[in-house]
Amino acid sequence: MPHPYRVRLEAFEGPLDLLLQLIKEHRVDIHAIPVARIAWEYLDHLAGADQLDLEDAAEFLLMASTLMEIKARMLLPVAPAAPGVEVGEADPRRDLIERLLEYRSLRRAAEALGVREAEAGRRFSRPLAPEFYGPETGVMEPLPVTDLAAAMAALLRRNRPEQPRTIPREGFSIGEKMRLIARTLRRRTGERVLFWTLVRTGSGRREIIVTFLALLELLRLGWADARQERCFGRILVGRRGR
Amino acid sequence: MAGEGAGRSPGLPAGLSLRSAVEALLLASSEPLRSGDAAAVLSVEESAVTGTLRSLAEEYRRDRRGFQVVEVAGGFRLVTLPELAAVVLAMRPEITPIRLSGAARETLAVLAYRREATRAEVERVRGVNCEKLLAALLEHGLIEERGRRDVPGRPIVYAPAARFLEHFGLASLDDLPPLSPSVNETSGVRED
Repeated sequence: MPHPYRVRLEAFEGPLDLLLQLIKEHRVDIHAIPVARIAWEYLDHLAGADQLDLEDAAEFLLMASTLMEIKARMLLPVAPAAPGVEVGEADPRRDLIERLLEYRSLRRAAEALGVREAEAGRRFSRPLAPEFYGPETGVMEPLPVTDLAAAMAALLRRNRPEQPRTIPREGFSIGEKMRLIARTLRRRTGERVLFWTLVRTGSGRREIIVTFLALLELLRLGWADARQERCFGRILVGRRGR
Repeated sequence: MAGEGAGRSPGLPAGLSLRSAVEALLLASSEPLRSGDAAAVLSVEESAVTGTLRSLAEEYRRDRRGFQVVEVAGGFRLVTLPELAAVVLAMRPEITPIRLSGAARETLAVLAYRREATRAEVERVRGVNCEKLLAALLEHGLIEERGRRDVPGRPIVYAPAARFLEHFGLASLDDLPPLSPSVNETSGVRED
């Protein structure tokens, strides 16, 4: 081909769509598809169009090669019982015709669905805002006010501002934290532990981050697994494998 | 969904009919109201509920109300009249429903008319890769995974979800528009 795959085919859902379009333009019966002519025009479309990403181009090119194969086989005299070809499937177009018919009927189905979609889109219902009711929303669980106070106290405890003091160089590394987490998990085997329990109280932000990175590394290595039910929810860590 | 709060039958307050109660349930349901669920809550036969729904629908039509009762996704739902869509959207343009792409509709059509299919089966009919599309449809809740097929590779089987029926305003998969030559399990080829 003179050009690289310069294909303007966004208008088509795929190679079958393009083929159907060509067949329609020629007003020929799918069952009597003139492969040579259609193949030629099909290649024309591939050659004369804009860039297309490789994945899509591959599908169009596969169809092009199928067309060429069919064309070639139609030029050959029908060999008696050619290897791999069952008697009665002599017409090399048969498989392609089957696919085209099936795709055409799918297209019609999709169009009919589109009509229903447009109709349904003109009717509006009154959905109740789901985030404001329901048992399992978590954030909205009814809480006694004492729980709220306890939660606040826990939060304050955890985030207590650090007192002025000499700050020693923080001596921890991801590798160290990995060992620490692994040790904790081994000690509490079979249990899941909260991520927060892996972090010493009073650890600075940097240490928390390093611990988190260590956990990610353990996940990557497949030594631990972790679950978080929702954004900003608690992280449960468990041991995996060995 | 099945029986939100079913089991308890509060009984109807004096002066209010089954008709009012069914109407209340319709209004308070965010999902299509299943007649069986309503019947259980109200301690009546399901046929009484469906009869009431039908007569409510008739009443709304006769009185030219701005809403109607439609049967969708295995239940009943109160919706605005399609003729009033422009009015509704003029006030709330943000609820303009999305329209799916042709590719998405084709993929859904394969799953819906066959009831279920694997990715390879969808791709065979469509002739293009459908991996991303299936992932997006899953994410939008239009399709769901339904186990794995017992063939080499144990591919995931996909099927249309309730959300699909709602989006297309279908009462059930039997409510799909009829096909010309079929895309059924058989290859769909006519022997001419």
